Amino acid sequence: MAKIAKIEVTDSNPLTSLKGFFKSLLETGELKGLMVPQHLPMKNVVMPTLVTDPEKLEGADPLAPVFPLNAAKLVGRLTRKPLHGSVAAVLRPCEIRAFIELVKLKQGSMEEVVLVGVDCPGAYSNVNYPRFAGENRDDATLKFLGSALDGGSTAFEDFDISTACMACEHPVPRNADLSIGLFGVDVNKELIITANTDKGEDILDKVGLSAAEEPGAREGAIAALVEKRTAYRDRMFEETSEATSDIEKLNNYLASCVNCYNCRVACPVCYCRECVFLTDAFDHEPVQYLSWAKGKGMLKMPTDTVFFHLTRLVHMSTACVGCGQCSNACPNNVPVVELFKTLASYTQKAFAYEAGRSPEEEPPLSVFHEAEFPEVTGGKH
Amino acid sequence: MADFEPTIIAFVCNWCTYTAADLAGTSRLTYPRNVRLIRVMCTGMVDPQYVVKAFLAGADAVLVSGCHPGDCHYINGNFKARRRIKLLKEILPRFGFDEGRLRLTWIGASEGVDFAHTMTQLVDEVRALGPNDVRSQMVL
Repeated sequence: MAKIAKIEVTDSNPLTSLKGFFKSLLETGELKGLMVPQHLPMKNVVMPTLVTDPEKLEGADPLAPVFPLNAAKLVGRLTRKPLHGSVAAVLRPCEIRAFIELVKLKQGSMEEVVLVGVDCPGAYSNVNYPRFAGENRDDATLKFLGSALDGGSTAFEDFDISTACMACEHPVPRNADLSIGLFGVDVNKELIITANTDKGEDILDKVGLSAAEEPGAREGAIAALVEKRTAYRDRMFEETSEATSDIEKLNNYLASCVNCYNCRVACPVCYCRECVFLTDAFDHEPVQYLSWAKGKGMLKMPTDTVFFHLTRLVHMSTACVGCGQCSNACPNNVPVVELFKTLASYTQKAFAYEAGRSPEEEPPLSVFHEAEFPEVTGGKH
Repeated sequence: MADFEPTIIAFVCNWCTYTAADLAGTSRLTYPRNVRLIRVMCTGMVDPQYVVKAFLAGADAVLVSGCHPGDCHYINGNFKARRRIKLLKEILPRFGFDEGRLRLTWIGASEGVDFAHTMTQLVDEVRALGPNDVRSQMVL
């Protein structure tokens, strides 16, 4: 049975209370550091920060409706070798799921990290967040929470939270040691902290919060949100499948891609140190271009655009967590996450796998069984 | 469509299917010239990316062929290949590729007759499917 505690909220400001909780986490002396998104002092940009001084948490705001990058890669960097002590990382559910994938791909370790997950009502794109928040920091976040939680609206002016978030069926963190509950909770009065593991329980005991019970409204609030998101997601799957159902349509779909590869850089699970698309294999000979052009009398340049996206699909779709950072990073508004998440749903289903679901499940392309998929070889084993 | 000659790219493993192709040759068996063999050490090294590239470059079909289960010289490369072909078969048909254009077969070193027969049959089937749309629609 998970252990539940509550953080009292004063002055109807859950952010202040959350900062107090993070401060007390660091003050337990159990942690060497705490990774948490903060409003940076120089400009109102929210970035993950690694904090060792409990006094340096004034800007902490994991509830701001923006995440400029998926922090899973950063947690991987922090944990890829022994730290000889623990750090805590405050993450969104999709960041935890991406981190689980990275751990399975040997790009990080769960040994010395306390994962603190936060319920996620969604986030605006990097372009839209400044339009929403302006110079307001905590106030903007509180305004967002005020309207977004419990079935309210996330829309602002002519935009809404990103497509990936609208289609996200995992707004509640899984595999977190500690999870912070917002849905179905009166966040102006309290926040709910659940310890899901022994590691989480140990540190929660040291903070010394008063015990609580899960609010009765929580389960229903989560179910309603997941239902709404799932319906949006399924519509997205249908529309994307239709929009890419043959190679000509796929060409159109990707037409504005300029091969900047930002989507790959932003992808938390694309972990190769050297991507094949940056190797000599793609330093084509000048005469090669001419020869390709002669084939049809015309060659679109840059070349290899569809090849790039299809390669990413075959290499990474089984690990895709649908966080949407590919679309967030795209300078030309190619609907990348729609394509990736749609295809990922098919490939993960084919291997009865779900990215980020469990650290115990092996990535599908790293294992095999002797007798499986007879249809692939025409019924013969 | 009578004069359509398909191009088929076949990734064959050094130890089994390539040896079977050699045997077919030394046994003076004939099979259609539409098949371009690419010898790899093991089907387990066929990155799905190679298959994607073959299709985008206009191949009408891609065959991956290796040792029978249990016969792999690297113990389990063919099992890994099977998962990768399964993955490709989930992805490529969503973009309109006919699933029949991608094949995985096991042809052992002693099966020269089977090799020639499989190639002949494959070419007939792909000829019936017609050219891969990519040929007409891709401007790379």
